[in-house]
Amino acid sequence: MTEIRPDAVAVTIENLSLSFGDTEVLKGVNLTIEPGEFFTFLGPSGSGKSTLLRAIAGFGPNPGGRILIGDDDVTRQPPWTRNVGMVFQSYALWPHMTVRKNVAFGLEERKLMPKEIKARVDEALDLVGLLDFAERRPSQLSGGQQQRVALARTIVIEPRVLLLDEPLSNLDANLRIQMRRDILSLQRTLKLTTIFVTHDQEEANTTSDRIAVLDQGIIQQVGSPIHLYDEPVNRFVADFLGTANLIDGPLETVDGTALFESDNGGTAMFRPQDLTIQPPPGTAGPDAALLSGRVEHREFLGNLIRYNVTVGGRSLIVEDSHNAGRPAFSPGDDVALALDTRNIRILTG
Amino acid sequence: MNLISRSHWGVNALALCIGLFLLVFLVIPVVTVVIVAFQDPGTGAYTLVNFVDFFNTSLFQESFLNSFYVASMSVVVATIIAIPLAYFTTRFNFSGAVLIQTLGIIPLIMPPFVGAVAMLLLFGENGSVNLLFDEWFGFTIPFMQGLNGVILVESIHYFPFILINLSAALLNIDRAMEESAQNLGASGTRLFRRIVFPLAMPGYVAGASLVFLKVFDDLGTPLLLNINNMLAPQAYLRVSSIGISDPMGYVISVILVTFSLFSLWVAFLALKDKDYSTVQKGGGGLMKRDLRTWEKIGCYAVVILILLMVLSPHLGLALLSFGTVWSYSVLPDAFTFAHYGNMFRVAGPYISNTLLYAGLAAFIDIFLGTAIAYVVLRTGVVGRKWLDFIAMGAVAVPGVVIGIGYLRTFVEFNVPIIDKPLASWWVVIVIALSIRRLPYALRACMAALQQVSVMLEEAAENLGATKSRTVRRVVVPLMTGGILAGFVTSFATASVELSATIMLVNTEADAPLAYGIYQFMQSAAGRGPGAALGIIAVLIVGTATYISHRVIERTERQRSDGGIVVAEVAGAAP
Ligand SMILES: Nc1ncnc2c1ncn2[C@@H]1O[C@H](COP(=O)(O)OP(=O)(O)O)[C@@H](O)[C@H]1O
Ligand SMILES: [Mg+2]
Repeated sequence: MTEIRPDAVAVTIENLSLSFGDTEVLKGVNLTIEPGEFFTFLGPSGSGKSTLLRAIAGFGPNPGGRILIGDDDVTRQPPWTRNVGMVFQSYALWPHMTVRKNVAFGLEERKLMPKEIKARVDEALDLVGLLDFAERRPSQLSGGQQQRVALARTIVIEPRVLLLDEPLSNLDANLRIQMRRDILSLQRTLKLTTIFVTHDQEEANTTSDRIAVLDQGIIQQVGSPIHLYDEPVNRFVADFLGTANLIDGPLETVDGTALFESDNGGTAMFRPQDLTIQPPPGTAGPDAALLSGRVEHREFLGNLIRYNVTVGGRSLIVEDSHNAGRPAFSPGDDVALALDTRNIRILTG
Repeated sequence: MNLISRSHWGVNALALCIGLFLLVFLVIPVVTVVIVAFQDPGTGAYTLVNFVDFFNTSLFQESFLNSFYVASMSVVVATIIAIPLAYFTTRFNFSGAVLIQTLGIIPLIMPPFVGAVAMLLLFGENGSVNLLFDEWFGFTIPFMQGLNGVILVESIHYFPFILINLSAALLNIDRAMEESAQNLGASGTRLFRRIVFPLAMPGYVAGASLVFLKVFDDLGTPLLLNINNMLAPQAYLRVSSIGISDPMGYVISVILVTFSLFSLWVAFLALKDKDYSTVQKGGGGLMKRDLRTWEKIGCYAVVILILLMVLSPHLGLALLSFGTVWSYSVLPDAFTFAHYGNMFRVAGPYISNTLLYAGLAAFIDIFLGTAIAYVVLRTGVVGRKWLDFIAMGAVAVPGVVIGIGYLRTFVEFNVPIIDKPLASWWVVIVIALSIRRLPYALRACMAALQQVSVMLEEAAENLGATKSRTVRRVVVPLMTGGILAGFVTSFATASVELSATIMLVNTEADAPLAYGIYQFMQSAAGRGPGAALGIIAVLIVGTATYISHRVIERTERQRSDGGIVVAEVAGAAP
């Protein structure tokens, strides 16, 4: 099981729509998840991530459209024939079975020989570091251990795809970071096509090969974490992945020219670190525009300081990296801002 | 903690008084019964001879087997009634769920023995149903023949215990439990057998063992149906005909207590370490599906059939109380209010005695309940767990055993001023009732005190309220709902208890309502007025049950509001 799987499969979702009664929750989703990819559905709560994931596993109302695993159209298959492993947000470990029994369940359903079941259960438990806990009940394990059992229970059946619904949300902060690394390294070892659901952009950014950003049942954008951050296609993506300055209409520079005036209808977007804060009068390089403003508000975040600076009636977010001894500005200070114009993006949505 | 250091001698004295009360009125009578069972009646030496006699007497062998058979079969029949109801509500989007909930309460507002005679007239050999069966199909069904009658009456009465526990267990299974099994390849009956069934099992076993215990100990129903060859009736008959020196009553008592303890132990084992409640926030319940039309019709048919069964004692009782002559006919010949008139002429003392006894007993119960809850939960008094344990132990003591124990223990204890034995003074009935109902009241008070989170008290103290003002303004208002519910429940069940009272009633003038019903039902002429008195009992218990439901509902609402506040406060903390 630990060797590289040459047979990782793609997941293709074609024009998938799904409603609960009259509420349309997914609206024409199209996606292709590459074989062996760590893919993430990212979006706010209620955006339809779980619904989409559950549709892939075969749960929930019958969807319109198609879901393919490899070349296999599973859209009308019941959950128990799909062979896609899902780790539930609540872990869903059965309290009346020991850890070993939980992990063996899927293999027993597949009618394997007891000897093989034992060997594979041991291997899976070993992989998640819980072999010593095999005879315990789930209630005798910590949250992180339960999470690992749920993971072992799922991968032991060698599913075609691994589905993880907010698997870290019930863990505390330190454990969350540890677990997400473990999950990623497990995925890399198994080369298993994996779909991960989260509402936490940091979780998504640190683990994913690619991310699909969802809002209100619609895929807003698909891409690598850096791509999404640097090249968002609309306000929602820009805002959801990190902090953004979103400017509609002109912004006057020190030398009197109005930035963005020609971009009618679009929204200008740049990140807080694209602005360099300086004492007035300040200087700007060849690819920068110089702005002047006043500090309204300051937040100290440790490695950086976040300022709100008013420029011509607009509030801009500025982030300045922080080192010991580096002077900080205070609310009320007049400041100059150099804006790197190469990083400005015009969004249309 | 300052809580403990402040709980100086006052609390200790309180705990000591409660302990003494429990010792005198629960521990000593039960221990006495056990000791006498093992003593040679002549010499007083310890011996097993009474038990040998017991098991060598064919009547007792038969009684033992009958009691066991009736209790087991009642569990089976109650299970058969409860399973479809529990299944419909938890598996389907079934609009009759409200009906089913009602079904779960109706039987409990009437003690089984009250409806027993009415059931004879409806389901007996020449009862309404069999007359119709004979006319339509040419055969009859022996619903009420011999032990069948006891089984039918008991299972109709006690199936809610299984329904409630089983439904709760099923409702507490999260959908993800099933989904994860499906995800791993399980479906259909295998899924049910491996996941749903084992998860619901502890709840079912707990309910079933409770039914077993209740039926095994019940005295009233067999007596009213004139079935004497069972354990509890034998104990009663031996003591009332031969006297309290006859050892067989004690032997039977020991057997009853043993089986009660055994069923409680089974329930305990079933639930131990098995908090299988897996429902997640926002999730909840098994997968439900919509019913097709014909399935819906089927479900309604089953529910309505069961509803009719469950309502039949009430219906029969009402017919009996308003009917003139009812014999060898489907319905009474004519209707009249005469029975109520007759009943009220003689039953006034029964009713007032009942209100007095049950009221006093319930009052004692909430006083003891609140005090024990406080001592156990908020003080460090040594041995406080034992108070709780002993008080709860009353669950395992059948009414017959309390009755025999009191007779034996207090017969030589003369109450000074009135100058007669405590065992024949009406107050002893009140005490017996309060001991019998104490476990239920205690649980209500415990729950009420537990819901007053220490955080809420601390918040009040933080805002400047002293300890006593905190208790007055925060603890007591939050507890009253629970205490009141405990009072009403104790009152309702005490007002129709028969097994202990029937042994302790000394003169007709001291008798309560349940005893009155029993007396009336002894003669054919007394059935009408007896049924009318039964209706009065149903009204009293029904009203009290309704009040306690309302109180509990209101308290739950308060608690959920409070819960949100607490959760928000906790959530706001970094
Ligand atoms: N069983 C259901 N019945 C009705 N509506 C549902 C159900 N499950 C989810 N929804 C609705 O679908 C939308 C998407 O839910 P979900 O996929 O759980 O969101 P996410 O996982 O992104 O937080 C929400 O508006 C939710 O209210
Ligand atoms: Mg979700």
